[in-house]
Amino acid sequence: MSKTLRIALIGNPNTGKSTLFNALTGLKQKTGNFPGVTIEKSTGRFQIDNYTVAEITDLPGTYSLFPKSIDEAIPFKLLLDPAHPQHPDLILFIADASNLKRNLVMLTQIIDLKIPTILALNMIDQAKAKGISIDLEGMSEKFGMPVVPVNARKRIGVDKIIDQIKKGADVPKISFADPAQMETEAFEELRNSLNARTRYQAVLQLHNSLSDKTKNQAHKAAMDKFRSNNLFDSGTRQRDDLLHRYKQINAILASTVKEADTTAFKRRQAKIDAILTHRFWGYIIFFLILFIIFQAIFSLAGYPMKMIVESFNWLSERLEKAIPGGALNDLVSNGILPGLSGILVFIPQIAFLSFFIAILEDTGYLARVAFIMDRTMRRFGLNGKSVIPLISGTACAVPAIMATRNIENKKARLITILVTPLMSCSARLPVFILLVGLIVPERQILGILGLQGLALMGLYILGFLAAIGAATIFKILIKSKIKQYFILELPVYRAPNLNTVGITVVKKVETFLFQAGKIIIAISIILWFLASYGPPGAFTKVEQKYAAIHPKDETEQHSLALSLKTEKLQSSFAGELGKFIEPAIRPLGFDWKIGIALITSFAAREVFVGTISTLYGLEGEGSDFNQLRNNMLKSRDPVTHKKVYSFAAVLSLLIFYAFAMQCMSTLAVTYKETASLKWTLVQFFYMSGTAYVLSLIIYQVFR
Amino acid sequence: MILNKKSKGQLFLDELRTGESAIIEEIMDTNICIKLIEMGCLPGELVLVRMTAPFRDPIAIEVSGNLISLRKSEARTIRVKHIDL
Repeated sequence: MSKTLRIALIGNPNTGKSTLFNALTGLKQKTGNFPGVTIEKSTGRFQIDNYTVAEITDLPGTYSLFPKSIDEAIPFKLLLDPAHPQHPDLILFIADASNLKRNLVMLTQIIDLKIPTILALNMIDQAKAKGISIDLEGMSEKFGMPVVPVNARKRIGVDKIIDQIKKGADVPKISFADPAQMETEAFEELRNSLNARTRYQAVLQLHNSLSDKTKNQAHKAAMDKFRSNNLFDSGTRQRDDLLHRYKQINAILASTVKEADTTAFKRRQAKIDAILTHRFWGYIIFFLILFIIFQAIFSLAGYPMKMIVESFNWLSERLEKAIPGGALNDLVSNGILPGLSGILVFIPQIAFLSFFIAILEDTGYLARVAFIMDRTMRRFGLNGKSVIPLISGTACAVPAIMATRNIENKKARLITILVTPLMSCSARLPVFILLVGLIVPERQILGILGLQGLALMGLYILGFLAAIGAATIFKILIKSKIKQYFILELPVYRAPNLNTVGITVVKKVETFLFQAGKIIIAISIILWFLASYGPPGAFTKVEQKYAAIHPKDETEQHSLALSLKTEKLQSSFAGELGKFIEPAIRPLGFDWKIGIALITSFAAREVFVGTISTLYGLEGEGSDFNQLRNNMLKSRDPVTHKKVYSFAAVLSLLIFYAFAMQCMSTLAVTYKETASLKWTLVQFFYMSGTAYVLSLIIYQVFR
Repeated sequence: MILNKKSKGQLFLDELRTGESAIIEEIMDTNICIKLIEMGCLPGELVLVRMTAPFRDPIAIEVSGNLISLRKSEARTIRVKHIDL
C-alpha cells in the first residue's frame, strides 16, 4: 500500500507558483472542483519513493491569511480546516527572491499554523542579476525550515525541491505572532473549542467568521461566545498583527539579505510603462492588441471549427447507416452527437482566446489594462478588473464569468457576472451571420468594407453598449454597505513562458468541457426527444401521407425524405410548443416555426441554425447558407401572404438573439459563481425581458 | 473612517505629484489599510508616485519594491510627510 503525502503550494501572486507547479508535475495534473464551491484547483501527482506518492495542490496566490476575495479564501480554508480533503501534510511556500519582504510576511503567518513547511526562493537568478545576495543558511535558521533556491522558469533547482520533499520538514518551532495580542485564557478556551493547533489559528478563524459564516454550529457558538465576552476589533487587530510581523521580517532581512541598487532595472520598467499607460498611445496600443486578437480568433479558429462540425456530420451519417435503426440510433446520431459537436465547436475559440489572454497576463500587461481602464469602468459600477471578463465574453461567457474571481470588490464582481453574457459571444455568430445575410446586401462600400461585416460589427458594439448600460442600471439598483476599494499590484514586465501559457490553455478548455459540457449534453437529449416525438398518432399520419406517394427517381425520393423530416418536426412536441407560444411571439414578428427554433435554441443559441435548416428542408448545419436563405425568403405567412422574414421581423429576431439569455451553461456558471438562485434568475429575466420588449418595439416600429 | 476635512499642515498621498516621494505616516481607513500593508505599503516606508493613469486616476506608487495601483480616493486616506533633508 502506498501512502499519499499532501502538499500545498502557497505564495503571493506573481511569484511563479504555477510555473513551479508545472515544472514539478508536467501535464500530470488534473483540474477539478473544490467540494462545496466550484473553484478551479489543480492537483498533480508524482512518485517520491516506492511507498509514497506526493499529491501537490496549486492554490491561488494570496497576500496574507486575511482573505478578501473568493480566490484568497481557497488557501485559507484548505490550511485551517484539518478535515479538508486537501489539507496539507507539507507546505511548499514559494517566495519571489527579488522581493522578499512582502512575501515573507505571509510565511510568518503560515509558520504560526504549525504545519511542516519548505521555503522555495524563486527567481533567484533575477535577484542575483539585480545584485541581491541572500544568506540561505541564515534564513533557514531564522525561520526554522529548509530553504531551497530555485529558478522555476528554467527548471533549475526543481530536483533540489523534490529532494527536500523526500527528506521532509519539521513543524516550525518559532512563533511570529505577538503573544501580547492573545495572552488571556479566553484565547486558549477558544483554541480548544475550535480544535485549533494554535491560538493564532483560532484568531484567524475568528477574523474570517465575520465575512464567511461557518457551518459548524459548535464553532459558531464558541466564536459568538468569545465575541460577546471579549472586545475583538478585527480591523485593528489585523493591522497590528501585520505590522508586528513586518518588524520581525525587517530585522531578519537586515541580517540575511544584501540589497542592491536597482535603479537601472526600475528605469527600464518605467520606460515601458510610460508607453503602455500613455493617455493616448496606451489606449491605441490596447485597441490594436484587441483588434489583432480578434482577427486571429476569427480567422484561425474558423478552420478547426469547420472541421469539427463536418466530422461530426459525417460521423452522424455513418452511424445512422451502420447501426440498426430505431430510437437508440436516432438518439445517438441526432441527439448526443450534435450535442457533443455543439460543445466541441467552441473549443478552438476558447483555446485561442485563453492563449492570448494568458500571454498578456504572463507579461504583466493585463494589470496595466486594468490600470488605464479603471477610471472609465468605474462610472458603470465596474472596475478595471472587469475589462478582461467582458472581453473574454466575446468568445464565451462561461470562462469569462469564471475569470471574475479575482475581483475583490463584491458589487463590481456581481455586476460583471450579470452583464458579461450581453457581450456578443461566438454562439451568436452563426445566428447573426445567417440573419444579417437576409436583410443586408453583400456589397462593398469604400472599396474594402463589406456591408455585412459592418452590420456584424454593429451587433458586437450593440452587445458592448448593452453590457455597459445594464451595468449602469445595476450600479444604481444594487446596494452595498461595504466600502469598496481597487488596489492592485502592477507586476514587473517579463517575457511570457510558453510552457505555462500552454498548460493554462489546456486547463481552461478542460474547465469549459467540465462546466458546460454536462448541461449541453443533457439539454440536447431533451430537445432531441421534443423534436423526435409527437403527440400520439401525429407521426403516423405524416408517415401514412408520405407512404402513399411513390417517387419517380432518386432526386424526388431525396426531396420527399427531406420534406418528411420537415413535416415530422412540425408535428412533434417541439412543433406543438412552437404553436403554443405563437400568440406570445407574434407581436415580435415571429411565426411558430421561429418559435420552434427559439425553443430548441434555449439551451444554446447556435442550435437555431440547425433547427431552421431542418424546418426549411435542408440537411444539417453544414449546408449552404445561401440556399437556406433563399428558402427562408420564399416562405410566406399562410393567412396574410406576407413575407415571414421581412426586414422588421429579421431585425427584431437579431435584437432578440443579441439580448435574450439563451444559454444554460452560462446560467449554470452564474449560479455556481454567485451561489445565489436569486441573481441567476435576475440574469435570466432581465436579459430575456429586455430582449422581448426591444424586439416588440423594433417590430412594431419598422413593420 | 475617512477624514474629509484635513487639519492644517497635513499632507496626503493624493497631493503628491508624479515623481515626488514621501514617507508614509498613517493609513486612516482600516479596511484599505490591511490590503495596503499586505502589499508592502505601511507606515515608515518611503513612497514614490511613479505614474498616473489617463484622467489622473488611479495612480501607481512604488513602495517596498512593489508597484501598486490605487485610486485617488484611496490615496487620500494615506497621510504622508515630506522627507527631511
